[in-house]
Amino acid sequence: MAGLRKKQRLALIAASGLCLAAATALFGFAFRDGIAYFRSPAEVYEDAPSPEELFRVGGLVVEGSLERKADSTVIFAVTDGEASVDIRFKGILPDLFAEGQGVIALGRFSGKLFNATEILAKHDETYMPKEVADALKERGLFKPKAQE
Amino acid sequence: MVNELGHFALVAAFLVSALQAVVPLVGAQRGWIAWSRVAVPCAVIQFLLTALAFAALTSAFVTSDFSNSLVAANSHAAKPMIYKFTGVWGNHEGSMLLWVLILTAFGAAAALFGSDLPLGLRARVLAVQSLIACAFFAFILFSSNPFARLSIPPFHGSDLNPLLQDPGLAFHPPFLYLGYVGLSMSFSFAVAALIEGKVDAAWARWVRPWTLASWMFLTLGIALGSWWAYYELGWGGWWFWDPVENVSFIPWLIATALLHSATVVEKRESLKSWTVLLAILAFSFSLAGTFVVRSGILTSVHAFASDPTRGVFILAILGFFSGGALLLYSVRSATLLAKGVFGIASRESALILNNLLLVVAALVVFVGTFWPLVAELFFDRKLSVGPPFFEIAFTPFMVVLAAILPIGAIIPWKRGSIAAAANAQIGVLALSAAVGAFAWSLQTGSGMLAPIGFLLASWLILGSAADLIARATGGRFRFGRSTSRLAGLPGSIWGKFLAHSGLGLTILGITAVTAWQLEDIRSATPGDSFELGGYTFAFDDVSEIRGPNYLSLTGDFAVYSDNVQIAKLKPEKRFYPVAGMQTTEAAIDMGLTRDLYLVIGERQLDGGYSIRTYVKPFANWIWIGAIVMAAGALASLLDRRYRIGIAARRAARALPG
Repeated sequence: MAGLRKKQRLALIAASGLCLAAATALFGFAFRDGIAYFRSPAEVYEDAPSPEELFRVGGLVVEGSLERKADSTVIFAVTDGEASVDIRFKGILPDLFAEGQGVIALGRFSGKLFNATEILAKHDETYMPKEVADALKERGLFKPKAQE
Repeated sequence: MVNELGHFALVAAFLVSALQAVVPLVGAQRGWIAWSRVAVPCAVIQFLLTALAFAALTSAFVTSDFSNSLVAANSHAAKPMIYKFTGVWGNHEGSMLLWVLILTAFGAAAALFGSDLPLGLRARVLAVQSLIACAFFAFILFSSNPFARLSIPPFHGSDLNPLLQDPGLAFHPPFLYLGYVGLSMSFSFAVAALIEGKVDAAWARWVRPWTLASWMFLTLGIALGSWWAYYELGWGGWWFWDPVENVSFIPWLIATALLHSATVVEKRESLKSWTVLLAILAFSFSLAGTFVVRSGILTSVHAFASDPTRGVFILAILGFFSGGALLLYSVRSATLLAKGVFGIASRESALILNNLLLVVAALVVFVGTFWPLVAELFFDRKLSVGPPFFEIAFTPFMVVLAAILPIGAIIPWKRGSIAAAANAQIGVLALSAAVGAFAWSLQTGSGMLAPIGFLLASWLILGSAADLIARATGGRFRFGRSTSRLAGLPGSIWGKFLAHSGLGLTILGITAVTAWQLEDIRSATPGDSFELGGYTFAFDDVSEIRGPNYLSLTGDFAVYSDNVQIAKLKPEKRFYPVAGMQTTEAAIDMGLTRDLYLVIGERQLDGGYSIRTYVKPFANWIWIGAIVMAAGALASLLDRRYRIGIAARRAARALPG
């Protein structure tokens, strides 16, 4: 910052410091609410999260598990091949949602049922969300579907 | 045949770009005029060859030439003609070709309109621009060739992703790329200035129009994308803080900072090295955005076929250009001496504060976007950073920015008084407080979001208007003279007014829709009717309809307000058999004060359909604000001072002739 006078340089450094300090403080604060960990169904049981924690669970939708209840509520199971978690969701399922395909749900786990507030389904070339594919690979159950 | 012609043109363009990257640079360094002059014809030829390649690919799509593997993978003979055409860039290879087409178009434009640039600067700018093009030609030819042939062409193609068969998305990528790639021009100017070791007011006058133009396109591109997500994805949201959205937003924030700091260089010859740094960063973040989208390294709702080798290639390009430019910057920036001195309370200081807030806000978005990657690499935890993070960490900086803007925008250059500037806006502040209070009285217990948003929005809009009026009246109001002076104000003043009030309108839309939106999810059968936000929605019928390349389940709704029918809405659920995909087509009744938004879902057990209904107050102002901001950039671009060079050149040419 050549060309600025000393007083200005001090003011500039103070202002930048203030902004960065504010950003850091906000990071700390925002990370508490804004971050959701990803767990595979087996991990949900291995280390049960508290009922207040908002997190993501993902896996393959178990074939034949989709159950439609009254009032636009659905219940389905998601598996990583080792364990499965029942998920309840009220609303319209995404277009790419289907049994046997990868899905990610965001919500809270009561100990028995995962209450989802958001369902994400995404097709990439392996027809699998990245987290789900990684979780399945870890358990040695990943079989990429060939695209015809 | 046309296919091979396109391939050949692309290879030729690659060779020309390599030539243009080297020869003019050597010429400018050594002072060889003939070598420096090579840049101009090269830039034009390079553009024409790329255009030829693009035309060849377009023709393959339009004529459904399934022997081209890209066409076979992304098109279908039964697809409507418009989507055959826009399908050219609805895939990785084709969109990269569009990317370089725009890159070379900017290069050719700089070559043709840059005849009053000093010869050395022009040669260097075009050489740097061509070096970028060269890297991307290599990328396309060696890893993403759009002209690859299939030995056994299929009878039918596998169709374009149905989500992309939409007019909003058809025009979203070209605008976004015009913005992204336009920033390459500012980057090239910055690198050329570092090589020359000279940045002055004339340089800033050259950089600013390019930055303005790319900022305008980027604004429109982001707005189009957000609008598309709003009506096409059927989730009712307009911004998801998704990685792919964020990586387009970061360059926008940096480019906004760059626009403001370039003003300081132009008017006061100060903040030179900072402006150069911003120009480098803006384009680097554009490249980083391209990398994120193409590599699939971050989980996103936007599915682009991801391929690790492509990601590595783009990462190498990103590393070379930003690393090289930053290295050059660290060596040469000390030679850029500032001239203007200014006091703490001055326009310069206000603009520094603007830059600081925008850059820190960009940093916040950057950290939030890339944190999942850091967590996975270093802590071995998979996580996602959601909207709450950005709402908490990003919003405060925008609030502060909006709060200081109307004061900072009127404080004089060099030395001013905050008290005097604040005094001039005290009436506006009082009025805005009244608007905020009015918003608060309208609602019942929705918190302080909408009142604060309305206060800030009106503070921005009225504060900018007050500045405009003060300039027109010059203290004394006389109707005839004041209105003619208002019309005669320079484009840049109008541009500033429009851009700042556009921001106000966007804030108004965002806060209103966030605070006051109403939502209803239910299962309904034809014959049912329900109420939301004072509107009655009657579900009349449901039918199955055949489209050109899809089957549709269409609901028939009538909307009543006070027993008067105000709209017919037909939400659809479409099934595209070729791609085997379903899409949701929300039905929206748009209005300036509210949108009525209907989505039809799956058939339920009781024979009904799940229906999602929203009433979204003032939603359209989000995008109207963005259009007004872009109009501000356009008004600024038309300012006559950017044409003074052209006028002077014409006069000079007229004399000897």
